Amino acid sequence: MTDKTYQAGVKDYRETYWEPDYTIKDTDILACFKVTPQPGVPREEAAAAVAAESSTGTWTTVWTDLLTDLDYYKGRAYAIEDVPGDSECFYAFIAYPIDLFEEGSVVNVLTSLAGNVFGFKAIRSLRLEDVRFPLAYVMTCGGPPNGMQVERDRLNKYGRPLLGCTIKPKLGLSAKNYGRAVYECLRGGLDFTKDDENINSQPFMRWRHRFEFVMEAVQKAEAETGERKGHYLNVTAPTPEEMYKRAEFAQTLGSRIIMHDFLTGGFCANTGLANWCRENGMLLHIHRALHAVLDRHPRHGIHFRVLLKCLRLSGGDHLHTGTVVGKLEGDREATLGWIDLLRESYVKENRARGIFFDQDYGAMPGALAVASGGIHVWHMPALVTIFGDDAVLQFGGGTLGHPWGNAAGATANRVAMEACVEARNQGRQVEREGKEILTAAAGHSPELRIAMDTWKEIKFEFDTVDKLDVA
Amino acid sequence: MTNITEFPAKRASLEGRKYETFSYLPPMDADRIRKQVEYLISRGWNPAIEHSEPEQAGSDFWYLWKLPLFGEKDMDAVLAELESCHKAFPRHHVRLIGYDNLRQTQGTAMVIYRAA
Repeated sequence: MTDKTYQAGVKDYRETYWEPDYTIKDTDILACFKVTPQPGVPREEAAAAVAAESSTGTWTTVWTDLLTDLDYYKGRAYAIEDVPGDSECFYAFIAYPIDLFEEGSVVNVLTSLAGNVFGFKAIRSLRLEDVRFPLAYVMTCGGPPNGMQVERDRLNKYGRPLLGCTIKPKLGLSAKNYGRAVYECLRGGLDFTKDDENINSQPFMRWRHRFEFVMEAVQKAEAETGERKGHYLNVTAPTPEEMYKRAEFAQTLGSRIIMHDFLTGGFCANTGLANWCRENGMLLHIHRALHAVLDRHPRHGIHFRVLLKCLRLSGGDHLHTGTVVGKLEGDREATLGWIDLLRESYVKENRARGIFFDQDYGAMPGALAVASGGIHVWHMPALVTIFGDDAVLQFGGGTLGHPWGNAAGATANRVAMEACVEARNQGRQVEREGKEILTAAAGHSPELRIAMDTWKEIKFEFDTVDKLDVA
Repeated sequence: MTNITEFPAKRASLEGRKYETFSYLPPMDADRIRKQVEYLISRGWNPAIEHSEPEQAGSDFWYLWKLPLFGEKDMDAVLAELESCHKAFPRHHVRLIGYDNLRQTQGTAMVIYRAA
């Protein structure tokens, strides 16, 4: 029995939701927020407010609080830390009992952890930096429909990264012309081609026509080269019903892989589609449109490592992770941190890579990292070094922009990649010796030589906006 | 257009056929093969040899040569088995595999002898 009595009014959050002596349970979901409080709000109060607003609390006491065991159900802030290099912010660590979240639902987790609390007036801005999903929760989620090992077995690709290319121009091609671009890339030596994320089912190219022409291209390229290939048929659609209809048609045509945009499509659609893929033996490539809206600002939003963990639980066999070296944002150490979180079964806390918690995925499969955006043959040594074998390296312009066409561009990338893998296996320092390795390979590949001449001078050396917090 | 090199399909012969990892590089000489075997062993993988008629190469299951060379650390022993397999089946592709038992996958796989 409780000895509490009901007293209407407003209490300081810290009286209830700040517990520095709390002992973390193995089953707790843990979150690290970067909090920028309004001036004059003490850190403990701001941290407690975040814990309250993302769990059981509301702004005032209510009598129905006394009908339950709030001390059990509440989230609590259990630690506060300085943010290196930014004195206006601090990290708040919050523990939530596992019962607060529906099993197998990253939808539900994000609704609490990234819900109303982000608009709360007592804080100026808020960023969800990391989440520890306890193994007990991980086991309730489906995860990647196939996983890396199964994908390699199905595609017969071992000991090297996979190669892809996004078909361009991303909008405006007719289905047959689009299929031509796919065929040329695949017969030149790529493993995959990809629908651009913007391609859904527009008037210039309806999805059914695209699927039919593309699959003819894939099958012809397979017969020609003797290798297994795929095209990510984008089934992202306005409604779940339409999404499943497209997925089923892709399966009917014999496609090995389909594609979904997990943030614009939403986690509900994504989790359902991942389940469908698991039941139908279909690989699932995941695009991440919208992520930079959420994850790029260093003081507000949701860090990409959190979005990535949510996707791994929701389900996907590939996820875009940035390239470090290409045209899009991405800090090297932070990227190395989150590609571990995508691929490995256990990842230890590592602040130098922005990882705030140990994360145990148990038996859940890992997914392949996809590096895409403004990369070309000269980046190959760095990409092979950074990403290792368990990645898809996607060269869009870096394939299609080859002076001799897509097939030659594809061959150039394939030769460069295989030369880097061979050199790595020989124990050479691929990133440092990249120029010599590529130059030697170009000696037997005119396609590579022309590619190296074409892209020699292109670099994307802008400073990263979202850096790791360091003093 | 005169400076663009044509990219012909070679479906009629085996010349255009590819065999996954390293098949876009020139065929390896003994020294390059040896270095790949060394890498495979250094990773702690178990060497294994498979072979296939070219017409059946699309199958997941090539013929297994004997059994995987579990725990074999001697490069020369692996190279000798590759050669024995090639001599026994000169018209077959011969592939070297590194089984990674911890990750339940093949750490690598490469065709060492391509059927002519």
